[in-house]
Amino acid sequence: MSTAALLKTIRVALVGNPNTGKSTLFTALAGVRQRVGNYPGVTVEKKTGHVHHESHRFELIDLPGTYSLAPRSPDEMVAVDVLLGRRDSVGPPDVVLSIVDAANLERNLFLVSQVLSLGLPTVVALNMVDVARDRKIEIDVDALSRRLGVPVVAVQANQRVGIAALLNALSTAARGLARPNHHPFPEVFQQHARELTGWLATRQPLPHCLVERLLLDSDGYLESEILNGAAEEGATKLREAREALAAAGYPVPAVEAIARYDWIARVLDGVARRPDDHQPTTSDRIDGVLTHKLWGTLIFIATMAVLFSSIFILAVPLMDAIDGAIGWLGAAVESRMAAGALRSLVVDGAIGGVGAVVIFLPQILLLFLFIALLEDCGYMARAAFLMDRLMAGVGLSGKSFIPLLSSFACAVPGIMATRVIENRRDRLATILIAPLMSCSARLPVYVILIGAFVPAQHYLGGVVGLQGLVLLSMYSIGVLVAIGVAWLLKRSLLRGSTPPFVLELPSYKMPSIRTVTWRMAERGWAFLARAGTVIFAVTIVIWALAYYPRSEERVAGDIAAQRAELAGDAAALAEFDNPEQLEYLTASLHQRYSFLGRAGQWIEPVVRPLGWDWRIGCAAIASFPAREVVMGVLGVIYQLGPDVDVGAEGDQSRLQDRLRAARWDDTGRPVYNLPVALSIMVFFALCAQCAATLAVIRRETNSWRWPVFTFAYMTALAYVGALVTYQIGIRLI
Amino acid sequence: MTRSAADLATGESARVVRIVEADEVSRRLLEMGVTPGVEIRRLGAAPLGDPLEFELRGYRLSLRRKEAEQVEI
Repeated sequence: MSTAALLKTIRVALVGNPNTGKSTLFTALAGVRQRVGNYPGVTVEKKTGHVHHESHRFELIDLPGTYSLAPRSPDEMVAVDVLLGRRDSVGPPDVVLSIVDAANLERNLFLVSQVLSLGLPTVVALNMVDVARDRKIEIDVDALSRRLGVPVVAVQANQRVGIAALLNALSTAARGLARPNHHPFPEVFQQHARELTGWLATRQPLPHCLVERLLLDSDGYLESEILNGAAEEGATKLREAREALAAAGYPVPAVEAIARYDWIARVLDGVARRPDDHQPTTSDRIDGVLTHKLWGTLIFIATMAVLFSSIFILAVPLMDAIDGAIGWLGAAVESRMAAGALRSLVVDGAIGGVGAVVIFLPQILLLFLFIALLEDCGYMARAAFLMDRLMAGVGLSGKSFIPLLSSFACAVPGIMATRVIENRRDRLATILIAPLMSCSARLPVYVILIGAFVPAQHYLGGVVGLQGLVLLSMYSIGVLVAIGVAWLLKRSLLRGSTPPFVLELPSYKMPSIRTVTWRMAERGWAFLARAGTVIFAVTIVIWALAYYPRSEERVAGDIAAQRAELAGDAAALAEFDNPEQLEYLTASLHQRYSFLGRAGQWIEPVVRPLGWDWRIGCAAIASFPAREVVMGVLGVIYQLGPDVDVGAEGDQSRLQDRLRAARWDDTGRPVYNLPVALSIMVFFALCAQCAATLAVIRRETNSWRWPVFTFAYMTALAYVGALVTYQIGIRLI
Repeated sequence: MTRSAADLATGESARVVRIVEADEVSRRLLEMGVTPGVEIRRLGAAPLGDPLEFELRGYRLSLRRKEAEQVEI
């Protein structure tokens, strides 16, 4: 029998304010033994982990960082439900681990007070005692523990100091001998709460602490959520009780904050001392510069510029290397396998599919590295502070700025970074507009089409180029449309009162390499595991559509016919019989007769008003998994072979030559001209052709509704945008 | 005339009298420790004039001007 079976399992729920080092502590405890999932029906991440210590196995549940246990939404309800054991997927905790920031004890104890009211065995982890000491904040840990009535353990989560002592305290507390009995409310409130508990006992029995919460919940969220047996009568009872309390001078919900902060003042009296004089700390001095009108703005712009350009400078070579490696692997496998469906599936489907996933990794990891650094050192909140006024213009808040900026590199990390936005409506609005920011995958499409069809004219003595202006306008279109969409969403689907901004500006600290690397790896893995599978699957589907059915005879017939036309011209025939040329022509014809090619021809009437022929329509369908694929698909269609490298000068100009030479099947007019090129660019600027983005939206919103909505609205916008561009274009140019 | 936290000059501090209105903002303000009797000090404003930065209970809090107007001093 294994020793694991002999261990006693202790379930620990970890709660704490944001910026207390909660996830650092979780990682210090659980290490790599973490699992991330979702609670059904909400967008909250479910993070669990475990650790063995002495004769115990600790099961850890990390609850989302919060300032309060007063739920106002299903997402916020998760914490209350897990703590009270009301979630089926998680067992009731044996002990609650409440983490507090020693340097910000007073405010942090508000949540502790709410936790203690639940009456569960609790241990308080007093984190960042080193920071508090540096700021000359003196805390008598033993006295604090006596006053709170629960064990308090001083820790430094980032240094892994105090972890063993913490685990010992947890196993002692889990025996459940000491349950806090903490009700800091005035007697009249407690009377009403007891009365309600008694009244409900026969109708819908609820734990006393939940009845207290029910009484305090003036928004009515909790009421509608948990009062089902006695809904109407209960609501009346609650209203009467609240009116009586208000008449007695204890209005709900103010009474909770007043009572708990009064209690905190009594707890801390003589136990914790912070210097009275307003001696500026190092953090204060840094803040003075970083939020300064002029310097703060300049440093902010510089930081964002560095963040942004380094993604391109550092990630692009890595992405090229991955692209090269995938190409090499494909070629190596191709040369070792016999031609046929299996080889095509392995090379174009599987290897191509894996390539489509990992190609994102350098950008995603780099962005997450920067975001984790900004979060951990405390600058993230300042960025939101600095940008709030600007973002408020479109009904969002400063917290949406970094996610949207990141989306210019790649919408995937941008969307994953929206977790900092606690308001659900703001977060959704940000997620829905993030894919409109022109990401780096659109750049090759822009570069090739601009290079081929936009004249290289220069104005103002060569300073301003027309090509550059067109590129800039493609980026601007995305931003302008995003502003419009955000404005519309906040007035329709996501309508509601302006959420509170009320943002804590945490003190600055040196980022911990451990925390930063861990967070980067964790999010990178989440992308690979969740989005990767979807992208891979979609790539295989598109591969099959482009491969089947094999019309060997028809292709052979077409080739023979084309060859017959050249009969007599020896030079042309020699070129035609060049094996490479023949192979590319065969691929092109196969694609034309594939399901994909047929779909392209089938939708031609739909894309004709955009100035597109069936080939472009076909490329648009094929680039559904990833829009950068569009150039590769056009490469096959125009007989350049599948490996058109848009980064390589020679390939790029060959593709551009072919595009210029392309003719309509019926009239023989050139397919591509400036209006068509602009129409394609506008389409790709606005469309949601990215399986990775849609998969991440699915993951972050925990529903298929929002990715479907995003795809539908963006495709509609892209179509209309391309239509308008082409129709105006042909009349003006 | 009643004054609000939004009227504080940079560096000036005052005691909170009450939070006006009972909405989501007021509830959040109370949770964050902006309760009657607490001392609140204005530290400054963002470069575009809004939001404002305050210090209370030994930590820093940023409020939009509109939210600060709900804090009567």
